Amino acid sequence: MLGYALRRLLGSLPTLLAIVTLAFFMMRLAPGGPFTLDRSLPPAIEKNLLAAYRLDQPLWRQYLDYLAGLLRGDLGPSFKYQDFTVAELIATGFPASLKVGGLALLVAVFVGVGLGTLAALRRNGRLDHAVMALAMVGIAVPNFVMAPILALLFGVHLAWLPVGGWGDGGLRNLVLPVTALALPQIAYIARLTRGAMIEELHRDHVRTARAKGLGERIVVVRHTLRGGLLPVVSYLGPATAGLVTGSVVIETIFAIPGIGRYFVQGALNRDYTLVMGVVIFYAVLIILLNLLVDLLYCVLDPKVKHD
Amino acid sequence: MAWSRLGRGLGGIALAAGLLLGAGGPATAERVLRIANMGEPQSLDPHKVAGTWENRIVGDMFVGLATEAADGSTIPGAAEFWTVSDDGLTYTFGLREHRWADGTPVTAEDFVYALRRILDPKRAAKYAFILYPIAGAKAFNKGEQSDPAKLAVRAIDLRTLEIRLENPTPFFIDQLTHYTAFPVPRHLVEAKGEDWVKPGTIVGNGPYTVVEWVPNGRITAVKNPLFWDAANVAIDKVVYYPDEERAAVLKRFRAGEIDLATDFPSDQIDWLKANLAGETRISPYLGVYYYPVNNARPPFSDRRVREALSMAIDREAITDKVLKTGEVPAYSFVPPGTGNYGQPAEVAWKALPMKERLEKAKALLAEAGFGPAKPLKVTLKYNTSENHKKVAIAVAAMWKQLGVETELLNSEVKVHYNQLEENDFDVARAGWIADYDDPENFLSLLATTTGKQNYGRYSNPEFDRLLDQAARTADLAKRADVLRRAEAIALADAATIPIYHYVSKNLVSRKVRGWVPNTKDIHRTRWLSLAD
Repeated sequence: MLGYALRRLLGSLPTLLAIVTLAFFMMRLAPGGPFTLDRSLPPAIEKNLLAAYRLDQPLWRQYLDYLAGLLRGDLGPSFKYQDFTVAELIATGFPASLKVGGLALLVAVFVGVGLGTLAALRRNGRLDHAVMALAMVGIAVPNFVMAPILALLFGVHLAWLPVGGWGDGGLRNLVLPVTALALPQIAYIARLTRGAMIEELHRDHVRTARAKGLGERIVVVRHTLRGGLLPVVSYLGPATAGLVTGSVVIETIFAIPGIGRYFVQGALNRDYTLVMGVVIFYAVLIILLNLLVDLLYCVLDPKVKHD
Repeated sequence: MAWSRLGRGLGGIALAAGLLLGAGGPATAERVLRIANMGEPQSLDPHKVAGTWENRIVGDMFVGLATEAADGSTIPGAAEFWTVSDDGLTYTFGLREHRWADGTPVTAEDFVYALRRILDPKRAAKYAFILYPIAGAKAFNKGEQSDPAKLAVRAIDLRTLEIRLENPTPFFIDQLTHYTAFPVPRHLVEAKGEDWVKPGTIVGNGPYTVVEWVPNGRITAVKNPLFWDAANVAIDKVVYYPDEERAAVLKRFRAGEIDLATDFPSDQIDWLKANLAGETRISPYLGVYYYPVNNARPPFSDRRVREALSMAIDREAITDKVLKTGEVPAYSFVPPGTGNYGQPAEVAWKALPMKERLEKAKALLAEAGFGPAKPLKVTLKYNTSENHKKVAIAVAAMWKQLGVETELLNSEVKVHYNQLEENDFDVARAGWIADYDDPENFLSLLATTTGKQNYGRYSNPEFDRLLDQAARTADLAKRADVLRRAEAIALADAATIPIYHYVSKNLVSRKVRGWVPNTKDIHRTRWLSLAD
């Protein structure tokens, strides 16, 4: 299995290079640069700035320089937040992002699996229809619509929770962003679980278990859930990617000082190095989590062998 | 509902105050000022910053040779006194005996070092051009001349500094209050390199020292007991919050979590006037909101077309009905109240009633070949913002009365200003806030040599000549006259369309004392205090 993991990691290097290359050149296609301000600079000053950040070099040379920096583990300085390096900014932003994203993932898995299982057991019942209808809404409504609705309802009208901000990252500040981020994933996971559970419940070994006279709870938990969870586990990879991209929106709407917000600010400020740093960080994160999911899969399903 | 929120907010403050007291050790009430600063600083290095929100923090840490009084006027700072030679070119400063916050004496060498540092082209300081009046500064900053000794700044002794200028520059002392002219602690910068700005390391010669920076969270500064006027500094600690979301800041202000907000949501003005009238502070600000017109692109290269577009805009309707926050209708490019100037020149048709202005404008357009059969088509570009949009829509409606067909085009701020610099527009939205209190700072935007910053590429040799003449005139009254003549030419040419002069918008809690409205909108914390 270790050999498999190593092979996968090596295989992801070209993917990473492609992402870095694409992001680098796409970023440069946007009009304006890091030093285009709402008040323009005299030409002499602009020349000094471009030279100081080596932006006066040909693009291919800047690209090679950036790659060389990456190999040394250097993400470069931020153009905008000049007292910080990109690595420092990511390090200060990640804990907040991890807290929101991690909690959202946990909530999504537990609530999603729970609802999906219930729906499967009450197939075609009222509960099943309600859950599936909700799931359709959850999938259809994007989180940049859901988040302001939640903020408006619970923050402004009911005034139960803060509209935004982070404070010290306490529960009050977490509820709305985590909910907004988890909702679409809950919906997806509930649908997946329901489908898989329904299929599992009709398998021979479940019929045998029932025939032995086992209680329904044991039948479900011990004999069905494991198989029913497999598609959910394989969905965790895409789910993480969804949470990561969702966090870009959610962190901006709720003013959370995470890396998602840096990504948006970085793009608007043309802070090339900051955007590149966050893209690389996200890419590595997603690649690693996908690998983890595949390894987990082979633990859950003995039929899958990676060697 | 509002009450319950307020109640919880107060509870939160009581809790926070309790925590602060707990952390502060002895239970003497620490006086903390909490500012909503409307922006995350790029840096704490005075040689790297460029924004008003950064100036608020950096200017609490450092004091230049001259500084701002509570009312924004220029008073002696690190220099106790200065003398100017008869030709207006040589300034000699006598430094106050004072220390950096780490106890090291501040010397004239620190100023020489700082000026050489910011003008070093390798540092690429964005605002170095403010110092170009100093002899040799421009050549040094452009890299044409690399010997720092040629920069006309020298320490005569430990506490005497001499600066020689290229031309007599009446606003030079005023410029020295700007952060570009702040001293930096040479001993620290040389020992720590770029890390000298890290909170905990950085020291200034001013009333406060930044001790904590949580990116996108807050910056905390504490009183510097070594500051020369520390006995008169009332506030012990300043917390600057970077929050930019105006509506959210207003909520925090109402909840008592913020004492001073440096902007407020304009669309809330009616509510603010009704409910927080005493705390809503609006005052004239040295800035102009204007529409550059592309002088290089037909048909806008035709003066008659530009003037017609300018005349048709009912500025009072925009300030009174659209914006409603006290902005001043602009009939000049330089804001009224700008220093060293007196009354600015104004457009000739200011006094005409709107109806006559429209008639005249129509006639001008007809002369230029536009009418019902061949309507003038204008693309009006603005950077995305609710207010810019409202103004643009109003202007398009006013132009429609002339039969002009206007297409509105908005884009994100970087894209917008890129198009302005590249001269890719018909008419567009722009704004200019003064760097220093002098008409030259506005009028030089329209000089031919200004290049990209002269968005509309206005060019008139007579205007350029008058600006040059003003630069060589030491007598303030004569200089003001020359500049006024230049402004009158630019207005007669309808070089740009000035729309309104900015106001500063602050929310100031009743607790805050010593806050004086001023045209620079600069309120150094050292002059403020908190009522119990």
